[in-house]
Amino acid sequence: MLDRIQRLGHRGLSRLAAYGRAGHILFQSIVARPEPATMFPLLLKQLYFVGVLSLIIIVVSGAFIGMVLGLQGYTILVDYGSEQAVGQMVALSLVRELAPVVTALLFAGRAGSALTAEIGLMKATEQLASLEMIGVDPLRRVIAPRFWAGFISMPLLTMIFAVVGVWGGAIVAVDWLGIYEGSFWANMQHSVDFRDDVLNGVIKSIVFGFVVTWIAVFEGYDCVPTSEGISQATTRTVVYSSLAVLGLDFILTALMFGEL
Amino acid sequence: MDFPGNTIIDIRGMSFSRGSRTIFDDINIKVPRGKVTAIMGPSGTGKTTLLKLIGGQLKPDSGEILLEGKNIPRLSRSELFLARERMGMLFQSGALFTDMSVYDNVAFPIRVHTELSEEMIRDVVLMKLNAVGLRGAAQLMPSELSGGMARRVALARAIALDPDIVMYDEPFTGQDPIAMGVLVNLIRRLNQALGHTSIIVSHDIQETLGIADYVYLVADGRVIAEGTPQSLAEVDSDKVRQFIQGLPDGPVPFHYPAPDYLQELLQEAR
Repeated sequence: MLDRIQRLGHRGLSRLAAYGRAGHILFQSIVARPEPATMFPLLLKQLYFVGVLSLIIIVVSGAFIGMVLGLQGYTILVDYGSEQAVGQMVALSLVRELAPVVTALLFAGRAGSALTAEIGLMKATEQLASLEMIGVDPLRRVIAPRFWAGFISMPLLTMIFAVVGVWGGAIVAVDWLGIYEGSFWANMQHSVDFRDDVLNGVIKSIVFGFVVTWIAVFEGYDCVPTSEGISQATTRTVVYSSLAVLGLDFILTALMFGEL
Repeated sequence: MDFPGNTIIDIRGMSFSRGSRTIFDDINIKVPRGKVTAIMGPSGTGKTTLLKLIGGQLKPDSGEILLEGKNIPRLSRSELFLARERMGMLFQSGALFTDMSVYDNVAFPIRVHTELSEEMIRDVVLMKLNAVGLRGAAQLMPSELSGGMARRVALARAIALDPDIVMYDEPFTGQDPIAMGVLVNLIRRLNQALGHTSIIVSHDIQETLGIADYVYLVADGRVIAEGTPQSLAEVDSDKVRQFIQGLPDGPVPFHYPAPDYLQELLQEAR
């Protein structure tokens, strides 16, 4: 019994210590003494790796999810004779929920895991230590550009996801199922509000971008520098960021749409 | 021993432990300027840890690590980074940046710490690479190098800024005899040519004794012997003799502590 309490306490303490280290890394890399001039070229490179290379998976997933939404929405709405509303259904579910959440989940799997593995491997091969010995702070040289790249990419990827999704929905609903084009787009335009829907979706994606990238760079920087440690850290990145995204999504939705 | 007026690093009464394990217990080491100092000892005695303590990557529990009078563990973050510009370190794995070519790896510290034009940087990089015999490999990526070549490139990078102190972490481990000979030669030659202070951490006895001016033998968290390579051979201590002559059994036992052999064999399998 006493043993169990002790273990619980130990686990609690080490978890708290990890939160402390995560906060420290975030503070040292992005808040304390930023150096925009040296960071900009590094940031561009990371934006390419983290953002541009994630485009394909985001575009393809967005298209298919939009198409499925169009199809499912049509089969349900046609029973009530309101299949004209499929446009607004596709747009609202994408902009409010699916685009930010699915993008964040895909991003965690595609870019987050890569960030963790890369930083973890740099630690295991002593590249981070050698940066320190050369007199360069790895937090600012390695962590900061990767963090900002993820933070900037996520909202952009989310918007691309939503646009492609709406386009996919339109292909299925208008071109395939034959809904009148005018009412499809007019209904959508009428019901989607810029502030309540689009802006809230973007805010969600900004929060997710922050959390997912933070988890990814922290897990990499804090991992046990062995092959087993890196693989565990990569897994943790995907699991923790997925859970964090889904949990935060509920909280944000409750805050944003709870009163509507 | 004292090196009056000529000590560049002075470790005084330094203790360091990891968890409940004591790595260094009140250790005293003085490193003479411009010489090759070797720190030797069996694996697991914290030799690499000692280099990290000197480089300020770890902080001791107590005691001082003085670099020309400045106590490294007490320096602020920016002062520490300034002090590190005077140190070069050769990591065991080489630790080259895998996303840069050999040329860019060597140029990296120069680009970060100086305002030199690319033209001058090019000259310096080619000179450093030539010194380690790898000028022809400038455009290769680290993944295309053999282990010995990677370590030589890392050496070129470590001396890129002409540091006052170069630290070598197990420079000979895992090298074939030719690469080993090349490295032994290079370390000695560079030390003479550039006049910096070299600290070698190693357990390759013959190679290290061959180039060291002064040797510290570390075991069980303490310095068990020190002196010139010649004087060390005459030390009357079983431990020292066992290590220097590479005897498998002695004060450092061959067997990890275990219950009685016969009894354990006769015990029924559980």
